[in-house]
Amino acid sequence: MCNQSNGIMKKLITLLSIILISQYFLHAQVIIKGKVKDNRGRPLPSASVTLKDTYDGATADSLGNFSFTTNETGTQTISVTNVGYKPFEQTINIGKDPIVLEISLKEQLDELRAVTVTAGSFAAGDNKRGTVLSSLDVATTAGSNADITAALKTLPGTQQVGEKEGLFVRGGAGYEAKQYIDGTLVNNPYSSSVPDISSRGRFSPFLFKGTVFSTGGYSAEYGQALSSVVLLESIDLPERSEIDASVSPLVLGAGTQQLAKNKKSSWGASYNYVNVGLYFGLVKQTPDYFKMPQFHSGDANFRIKTKSGGIIKYYTTFGYSNLGLRRSDVDSLDLKDAFSLKNINWYNNISWRENLGGGWRMKLGASYSTNKDDFTQQVQNQLNQPKQFDPSVYWMNYKNFAIGNRQDLTQLKAVFDKKLAGISSIRFGSEYWYSANKFTYNDTARRLVDHLSGTFVEANIFLTNDLAAQIGTRFEYSSVIHKADIAPRLSLAYKTGKGAQVSVAYGQFYQKPENTQLFYTTNVGFTKATHYIINYQKMNAERIFRVEAYYKTYDDLIKTVPVGYNFNNYNNSGSGYAKGVDVFFRDKKTFKNFDYWVSYSYVDTKRNYLNYTAQLQPDYAATHTASLVMKRFFTELKCGFNATYTFATGRPYYNFLINNTGKYFLSDQGKTKPYNSLNFSAEYVPSIGKTNAKSFIVLFASISNVLGYNAVYSYNYSYSGAYKQAVEPPAKRFFFIGCFISWGVDRSQDAINNNL
Amino acid sequence: MKRLLLSILFCPVLLSAIAQSGRYAGAMQKNLAMFDSAKTTAQLQAVSDAFVRIGDAEKTQWQPYYFAGLALSTAGWQKDVDADVNSPKINTLCDKAEALATTDAEKSEVYALRNMSATQQMLVDPQTRWQTSGQQATAALKKGLQLNANNPRLYYLQGMSLFGTPTQFGGGKDKAKPLFEKAISLFNAEQPDGFSPRWGKERAAAQLALCQ
Repeated sequence: MCNQSNGIMKKLITLLSIILISQYFLHAQVIIKGKVKDNRGRPLPSASVTLKDTYDGATADSLGNFSFTTNETGTQTISVTNVGYKPFEQTINIGKDPIVLEISLKEQLDELRAVTVTAGSFAAGDNKRGTVLSSLDVATTAGSNADITAALKTLPGTQQVGEKEGLFVRGGAGYEAKQYIDGTLVNNPYSSSVPDISSRGRFSPFLFKGTVFSTGGYSAEYGQALSSVVLLESIDLPERSEIDASVSPLVLGAGTQQLAKNKKSSWGASYNYVNVGLYFGLVKQTPDYFKMPQFHSGDANFRIKTKSGGIIKYYTTFGYSNLGLRRSDVDSLDLKDAFSLKNINWYNNISWRENLGGGWRMKLGASYSTNKDDFTQQVQNQLNQPKQFDPSVYWMNYKNFAIGNRQDLTQLKAVFDKKLAGISSIRFGSEYWYSANKFTYNDTARRLVDHLSGTFVEANIFLTNDLAAQIGTRFEYSSVIHKADIAPRLSLAYKTGKGAQVSVAYGQFYQKPENTQLFYTTNVGFTKATHYIINYQKMNAERIFRVEAYYKTYDDLIKTVPVGYNFNNYNNSGSGYAKGVDVFFRDKKTFKNFDYWVSYSYVDTKRNYLNYTAQLQPDYAATHTASLVMKRFFTELKCGFNATYTFATGRPYYNFLINNTGKYFLSDQGKTKPYNSLNFSAEYVPSIGKTNAKSFIVLFASISNVLGYNAVYSYNYSYSGAYKQAVEPPAKRFFFIGCFISWGVDRSQDAINNNL
Repeated sequence: MKRLLLSILFCPVLLSAIAQSGRYAGAMQKNLAMFDSAKTTAQLQAVSDAFVRIGDAEKTQWQPYYFAGLALSTAGWQKDVDADVNSPKINTLCDKAEALATTDAEKSEVYALRNMSATQQMLVDPQTRWQTSGQQATAALKKGLQLNANNPRLYYLQGMSLFGTPTQFGGGKDKAKPLFEKAISLFNAEQPDGFSPRWGKERAAAQLALCQ
């Protein structure tokens, strides 16, 4: 029985096996082949074709062709996938005949691959690919001494203005470029300065993870800037907790950043004290400093990650500075002008970025800043005693003054962003600025209050990954001048090849007149600029090349019509234009460990504004400007060496006088000699590569204007116009040495444990 | 007779299962052979896709996804491959493999793959990416060792990372050598079964020779 049943079973098994195996192996194989293309008919190599839920399939070759055989029969599903394209499925019926398929995949719109508008803007961030300038770049650009603005001045479109702070972009004046931190305007981005000596920015580059430097054509989200915006985005959470100290003959500082164990929040605070007394004792300065410049600055911040992935950030900084200097008087070589400046500044910024779900995102921001400057000037004799003048030389008495200037600005801003079909989106938002200003000149006080509101809406439309448009408009109203404006903005970007694109941008930009003008009259309107930009950019991770041409017109610029020596009427009759080309090339690849960039700008610009008597090339604009920035790191030495060379052709200068009949005329003009500057810096990083090092040390040294070139920025004229005095930097060279140490509590182990 | 009936009833199921697993083994073997002979990026891509098809059809096996990722990772060292496109694909395959892997040792292998994927992305721009992708690579290595301290491939990868780091930055031959030695001793003790990953021994030996 047993044997028999075994025998039967063996036979049965054999039979069943044959049936089963034949199902798998003896069925006639059917060929499935075809071609995979995109919706424009271009072949898609390496698309993966699969007969769903089977092992059968193939990968398309370089012509998009595929072919495979299958033993499956009946109704089956063909599935095709390719990165960057929407998955495709098709039901097929497999019989005995070969199947030929023509498959067309639709492009998947993808934010990472889609083209972004680059006309006008240099995007810089620490983690993004192909960034133009990272915070480390700012610190290691020779001549910048870790000043953001100084580093941006190595990019094309900027002027090498040394006697005033600010960015003079493409024929625009310094006050026509504005800085924003986390979406809100910074009213006083630079330390208060003495006439003819530029000052540094208040903010360290290491506060920011991303910077966008727009030289024109920017988004409708930003207004009140005729020529340029610098958008600074603060760091979310620091990488780790640490304590920092900086020691230098010029500055002493200490600070800390504390990152919570769960990496959800952080706080930090720092304090810096600058006293140039020792330095000025060693390096002779042309002005006679009777009050050695001193700067105290402190800052604090906290950052909290919210449950839904948003973040709340607060940053505050307080600054106090005091200085006094004497320089020779332009009207009499026996006399001196003693100028002192005291400044108090407090800046606060809070922002909240949140993902609201359903494709909605929100950005809220609020900021408050107050800035108080006290300037006094006194004409003194050779013994440094005050000097009074009789009415025959009444203009000399105007040189004795005490000016107080307090500026308060409160801002609220809300921006919402809604995802539309694909990756297109619409953004809209509103902002409100309340500014209160008080200006005292000797004993006369003037006040100015403005409620400025702005609303914008902007759509980002991606037609394909290769073609994007940004269309927006902005509405603004300023209560102090009772004027409203509507500013349309439009930009397009088209990808022309791998990493290459062409962008165009157009926009109208409005800015209210400066407070110094509004104190005298509020019967003026917005000033206006119109930008037309075309840009070509080609970049990969290690090289970037871009060239941009632009044309700008300026309308309704403020004209100051002189009535007397110290009094003007103001109106909007000014105008001007700027046109030019900017070229930028950065290369980290050609030479190992050597990173360099080259910038060149050409600008043809004229304006009739302020006290100009005709359309003239503004005194801050040089026709040709070029920079070469080089950085080389030697790993064997743990040292980096950096050099920057900047050249600019001479800038014009003018003197305007009133003749006997009361007519204002251009009495003299000229052009300064070209500007040259060669700067060096070096850093030594002994702790680099030491694993588990408890402290991280950087030694830094720099020399600006190594060759000692005598720069002349402009000329000041005497009252009669008979004598002119060159405006020069206070010293030929600037030296800096410093040591920066940080002691860190490395939380990377925590990060690993929490994230994996 | 009961047994016979039961046998007859269950036979097709059983045989089907045998055939099924035989089919899996056969397909894996065929693809592994293709993998061994694949040289160009296109060939490695095709091998990877073939493994993905097996993984998608099987739904319970981690190894097809692992080898699909390994094929892409092998392609990732070639110059014509953009790591910023390739590595995210590897990471997706790692996620699938890790979800299906049942033992810590299996998961540890996935972390070796994750390490290579992150390293390849870091190498696009090491100076700016060592803090992000570089840290991910280190984290993957640590996690992998946590899961299986005797995974020879992780020591080999750690050795490679040190080998490629300048001496001044804490790397170099001297630092890498003990790791290659450790890797080789573990490779010698390794007894891979089935389709378990077994790559790395020859490469480790070759690297060790360069350290001498």
